[in-house]
Amino acid sequence: MTKQRLVVVGNGMAALACLEEIYRRGGPPQAEFEVTVFGAEREVNYNRILLSDVLSGKKNTEEIVLNPLTWYAERGIRLHLGEPVAHLDVQNRTVRSAGGIEASYDLLLLAMGSVPFIPPIKGVEKPDVFTYRSLEDVRVIRDRANRSQNALVIGGGLRGLEAARALAELGLEVTVAHLMDRLLEMQLDGQAAAILRRQIEELGIRVLLGHCADEILGNGATEGVHFTNGTAREADLVLISTGIRPNVALAQEGGLEVRRGIVVNDFLETSVPGIYAIGECVEHRGKTYGLVAPIYEQAKTAAAALCGDQSKPYTGSVTAAKLKVAGVDVVSMGNFLADGAACEEMVYSDPTAGIYQKVVLQGGRVVGGIFLGDTALSGRIFQVLQSGEDVTLQRKGLLRGEGGVPPASVMALPDEAVICGCMGVCKGTIMAAIQEHGCTSREAIAEETRACTSCKSCGPLLDQILQQVLGGEYVKTAQQPVFCGCLPLDQTALRTEIKVRGLRSATEALRALGNGVGCAVCKPGLSYLLSEVWANDHLEERQHRFINDRVHANIQKDSSFSVVPRMYGGVTSPEELRRIADAAERYGVRMVKLTGGARIDLLGVSKADLPRIWADLGMPSGHAYAKAIRTCKSCVGTDFCRFGVQDSISMGIAVEKAFEGLYTPHKVKLSVSGCPRNCAESTVKDIGLVGIQGGWEVYVGGAAGMKVRKGDLLCTVETREEALAASAKFLQLYREEARYMERTYDYVERVGMETIQKVVLENPDEGSALLSRLNQSKALAQDPWLEREHPVHPRQFEDLIPAPAGASDESQESEVRSQGLEG
Amino acid sequence: MMNTWVCVGSVDDIPRGEGRKVALGDLVVAVFHLDDGRFLAVDHHCPHRRGPLADGLLCGKTVVCPLHGWKVDLDSGNVHGEGAALRTFPAEVREGRIYLSTREVLLTR
Repeated sequence: MTKQRLVVVGNGMAALACLEEIYRRGGPPQAEFEVTVFGAEREVNYNRILLSDVLSGKKNTEEIVLNPLTWYAERGIRLHLGEPVAHLDVQNRTVRSAGGIEASYDLLLLAMGSVPFIPPIKGVEKPDVFTYRSLEDVRVIRDRANRSQNALVIGGGLRGLEAARALAELGLEVTVAHLMDRLLEMQLDGQAAAILRRQIEELGIRVLLGHCADEILGNGATEGVHFTNGTAREADLVLISTGIRPNVALAQEGGLEVRRGIVVNDFLETSVPGIYAIGECVEHRGKTYGLVAPIYEQAKTAAAALCGDQSKPYTGSVTAAKLKVAGVDVVSMGNFLADGAACEEMVYSDPTAGIYQKVVLQGGRVVGGIFLGDTALSGRIFQVLQSGEDVTLQRKGLLRGEGGVPPASVMALPDEAVICGCMGVCKGTIMAAIQEHGCTSREAIAEETRACTSCKSCGPLLDQILQQVLGGEYVKTAQQPVFCGCLPLDQTALRTEIKVRGLRSATEALRALGNGVGCAVCKPGLSYLLSEVWANDHLEERQHRFINDRVHANIQKDSSFSVVPRMYGGVTSPEELRRIADAAERYGVRMVKLTGGARIDLLGVSKADLPRIWADLGMPSGHAYAKAIRTCKSCVGTDFCRFGVQDSISMGIAVEKAFEGLYTPHKVKLSVSGCPRNCAESTVKDIGLVGIQGGWEVYVGGAAGMKVRKGDLLCTVETREEALAASAKFLQLYREEARYMERTYDYVERVGMETIQKVVLENPDEGSALLSRLNQSKALAQDPWLEREHPVHPRQFEDLIPAPAGASDESQESEVRSQGLEG
Repeated sequence: MMNTWVCVGSVDDIPRGEGRKVALGDLVVAVFHLDDGRFLAVDHHCPHRRGPLADGLLCGKTVVCPLHGWKVDLDSGNVHGEGAALRTFPAEVREGRIYLSTREVLLTR
């Protein structure tokens, strides 16, 4: 067997994808390859997409390595790291590196990638000005960032924005200056870019549009950047990310045909036989590519061609750019700007929620689109864009995912459909991983195919494929989201750690398990979790609670508070109403109103008055301000109603008394109706009871708010006691298992009613354990309005009072006087 | 520059990790007691919709407005991502009491 010498110039993702494919094919049929790889960088092949995670410190270098040294060694590849190839001698078929290493080839693969484009800016050679392209770049930037305060990123494209976010996460003040009138102009239109801009700004990053840098300012060190519009910005670290250019120098020297990139044919062969080129350095049919997915397609065709197989030409890629920009999902495809005649645009835009969806139609066909924030529909739209089918009849439903356009079932996609846009993995590869390589989880597929290793937005699609292929055998691995960036554990793990380590306060937990600080999102959640895990025997720390939970009232837009006293079952009395009326007058309540939960709301009470108004009311807290048990609505039932079949009033009071004072992952609304006419609307409550002839129906997971959902029937029982017990068990299960801020309607859908029924109804041991844990929490639950007598802090409800002027010590007084004279 | 200082209370008046409002003439200031023991003061009203910053959740040296979640850096007064800034007021603790520098207050009185 003869050995063919294959020399690969380049050691990046394109080169290695091609080599991997060659080994997957088992090499050429008649020969064996002797492979030599030259890499300009000192690193083995790593995932360039994840550079910003290394910059921000979220990942270390090893974590983004794709092919470790052992991978090369196991295949007998001669690897020269840190050796850029400087000469190509086409006549003698040799290359020589900058360090003088020579290698002869039978076949040559060029995959040198690209070089950063640096616009003409005076002073770019200054020491604190960086490009952002390689791990080495990241290392020096990180090193400088430690001593920097103000970073300025020139360029508001994908890389620039990613770098800006990473620098902001390192604690720098970051400004992005972009030449164009919108961010990411290669992928987004003006409206979408405006939404993205807002989200970038919410990360604390300043954005300057239409700013063209022309000089790096500073005497020696970098002090700022000057723009052509005459303005300037302070900066002690400047990062240039203004695009890339194909790295063609070597090909030019070797006399290969080069236009914008190295010109290749449909088999990725250059103008010189035996020399192939792939990746960012090539130009194919007039196009250059910078995304991974098309480049992986090229790598496959090139690998086949190198092995002598020319059965599948590469005809170019129509890809949807799937990106994650500073945490925001973006998909952009085709003619997204609606350029050209007779283009129609359909747009759904919700700037507040950060969602923008657009489909461009031309002659009844989808020709382009943008999805920002919510990309769920993008797969289906891309499919009809590729197929070119007429969608005239479905146009009403295109952006609604309904009305004739069912949400794309992943199984309907062809094998070539790209599932993982980051790593360019198509459905066929994933199917093979499951069917032939025995993968049974997302993680295993990731390991096998590299799908879902970067932005992870294809995770749900992988789940779908696994579910379809494996059916019942597939047990979804617990892909729980991380509790918070500050506390990077999922909620189950967090509960376990809290218990095992005996952490009773949020401060302790944040120090032991998180970053020691926490944020406004996780601190309230963690506080709830602690109270639940320890059944209220935790160490309460009010500084981690939202203001409503510090003063037990609901803050209003004018900083005043609303007060809703508890009225069990919605039943009150003339005497109680008199007290409420008196209190309302005494404390200048601006509005008295019935709430949606059928209680009386006193609006416009000042914080300092809260303890006093509670005392005057003499009623317990209604918890209308908290993630807690709210009210139990009821109808009059058999007491008065001529249709009533159950005593809904006394049942409503009993339910409210049984659960009042319990905190929950999100608010819990209750209701009891005395007959199936359901006047108390029990079927749209978190827990709702409906009296029927001879018993009760227990509904859970209903909602009539932001989401409208009919509750699921948990069970039908005969007695009040059974109905109460079933409700209590469900409530406790929800308290323990739901994610913080997850309403019951999302919880039951996530977990499934069958699972819930098994625990609540069919497992007496687990059921009674749930009840006893609920009772434990309930035993320590107190009316928070009693803090009027025993505040947790002397100034729980009070502002500071300044010392009267002139009461300060003498030296200050004299200062005051001199100040006055000066004035 | 000569500063004038006003005592706004004792260090025990603000629980650690929380803030309190203090009215000084026309000026309303939010004073915070940070986890690291420092006291920092900024304008009480959020530049967005005048939310009460003293009632916000304190995370490190950032306070999150209770109304719409705007974030203010207490060292600089900068509002994250909004290009707005609040005035900050030097605060000092002497013998267990909190003093704010109130040059501007006295001038406006």
